[in-house]
Amino acid sequence: MTALLEVRDLEISFSGLSAVRGASLTVAKGETHCLVGESGCGKSVTALAVMGLLARNGARKATALRFDGTDLLGLDERAMSRLRGNRMAMIFQEPMTSLNPAYTVGSQMAEVLRRHRGTTRTAALDRAVELLTLVRVTSPGLRIGQYPHQLSGGLRQRVMIAMALMCDPELLIADEPTTALDVTVQAQILRLLADLQKDLGLAVLLITHDLGVVARMAHRVSVMYAGEVVESATAANLFARPMHPYTRGLLACVPVPGKIKPDQPLGSIPGMVPQIGRDFLGCGFRERCGHARPDCAGTIPRRALGPDHDYLCQLEPDATAP
Amino acid sequence: MLGFLARRLLVAILVCLTVLTFAFALTRLAGDLAISIAGAQATAADVEIIRKAYGLDRPIVEQFFDWVRRAAVGDLGQSYFFKEKVSKLIADRLPITLTLGLVGLTIALTVALPLGIVAALNESRVVDRLVSLVALLGQAMPSFWLGLILMITFGLHLGWLPISGTGTWQHFVMPGIVLAFSAIPALLRLTRSGMIDALASDYIRTARAKGLSRASIILKHAARNAAMPVVSIAAVQLGFMLGGSIVIETVFALHGVGFLAWESISKNDFPTVQGVVLLLAIIYTLLTLIADMFNAVLDPRLRAS
Repeated sequence: MTALLEVRDLEISFSGLSAVRGASLTVAKGETHCLVGESGCGKSVTALAVMGLLARNGARKATALRFDGTDLLGLDERAMSRLRGNRMAMIFQEPMTSLNPAYTVGSQMAEVLRRHRGTTRTAALDRAVELLTLVRVTSPGLRIGQYPHQLSGGLRQRVMIAMALMCDPELLIADEPTTALDVTVQAQILRLLADLQKDLGLAVLLITHDLGVVARMAHRVSVMYAGEVVESATAANLFARPMHPYTRGLLACVPVPGKIKPDQPLGSIPGMVPQIGRDFLGCGFRERCGHARPDCAGTIPRRALGPDHDYLCQLEPDATAP
Repeated sequence: MLGFLARRLLVAILVCLTVLTFAFALTRLAGDLAISIAGAQATAADVEIIRKAYGLDRPIVEQFFDWVRRAAVGDLGQSYFFKEKVSKLIADRLPITLTLGLVGLTIALTVALPLGIVAALNESRVVDRLVSLVALLGQAMPSFWLGLILMITFGLHLGWLPISGTGTWQHFVMPGIVLAFSAIPALLRLTRSGMIDALASDYIRTARAKGLSRASIILKHAARNAAMPVVSIAAVQLGFMLGGSIVIETVFALHGVGFLAWESISKNDFPTVQGVVLLLAIIYTLLTLIADMFNAVLDPRLRAS
């Protein structure tokens, strides 16, 4: 397993407020890595920081941010833009507004290839048709002449995916790509992403809050909470032996047929993600945690449970065994 | 697209007719036209003769339809004051006004668009504040005052530009600048706010994620979406410049349509007033129509609805 994307101790702050506090994760070549957590815990900004797309008031810092051995922190905007859309691509949560309303689908897709490969317009449009076919868009020849407003949400997201694949990227970052779509379309898009990942050998960093999606897609999972990766494991390990109380809380919220009794309420995690100030210390989850103890306000150790599984908690592995 | 055009055209014609009716009614409300034509020394009998001769004794509705019927075929009647055909009076002066308006708009756009974009790119930084200051100054400065200051500086002291008349292109530089100044603030503000909205949109984030160049992101993806309100207001501003340049035409002694309107109003020369108002109404609606069509080209969603 070789690391394609390596993020070490990433810190992101917006006008002094910290959004991500020392998150680390590694995406291996050809692997789907899911980043899980509830809204506001720093998943999206982590992805944007990797792409170098943070808003103007956002600042990022890390001990390492490497893509295929290249130090992304050392790249200027120009060099970064040569990577974006080319070797690393990103799709977003809002398919309805992510395409430019003023240009046809074809021209928006073609410009990626023209920018990074200097291809002619005709050749780029041919490639667009080819990729629309790949993402199972019907009558792609017609679609490239259409404008975004003429397409449904599901179609627009397929266009976004096809557009992201124009230059054969090695890494695809997908930020909740199905959240805005209705359930049947969600399933189609996820199957498409899974197939593409397998067929093209893509590495995918998939951001989601849906553990059902994780179960279907992920090779590896990182659970984020309040700007930290609180647990990281292979998907199999995470579901078999969740260690962090937050991960367990998340899992308890998912209805599992056969395990849930009709009159028994689903689990829920009380409270909300806290606002993290500059000198916040200790575990961000302690105010919502059933296992909280005084030392949770101090420095929290990262504990390992085998080579592929670690978590950020005061609880010893044996003490947290279910 | 054709249906869109037909609807807009119909609205344009209705607007022209409405303006026309008002212009006709207002000139009649301004006083007894026969008396003002006849002059101060005329006797009651003279006034009666004139009233008959000009058909002013007929019912007002009949006069109105008579005038509309003639106007429809291009006959705007005879000016009492200038003793010429109204259509010739206008045709003589229109090129001056059109030149002035287009020069003004060109200068305004050349200044306002880049400044608006630069301000948006530097939102709430020093550059943005400076640009807003320019807009504020432009809005606050009376155009006749700016005109006089320019004349004194560049015409008298430096002697670079002629201060009145219409002989050469140099004659249009100063009036063009003054006229532009009245349009710059609105154009600049709209460009700035439109660009700020566009730059914050999801499709710009997509464009950046695609690794497009900065120039392509700003000029191709953001500017096109920010352009629509700017196009609309530019058309309105050009309308103002063509119809409302009376002050500037007077200051710089450019005898254009604005000046003609002012003269004919002060002399109660109603055929000329009506003709000028009709012309301006047509220009105005035409400009709006062009702006709408331009926007339909810019935004495919407008073509569909």
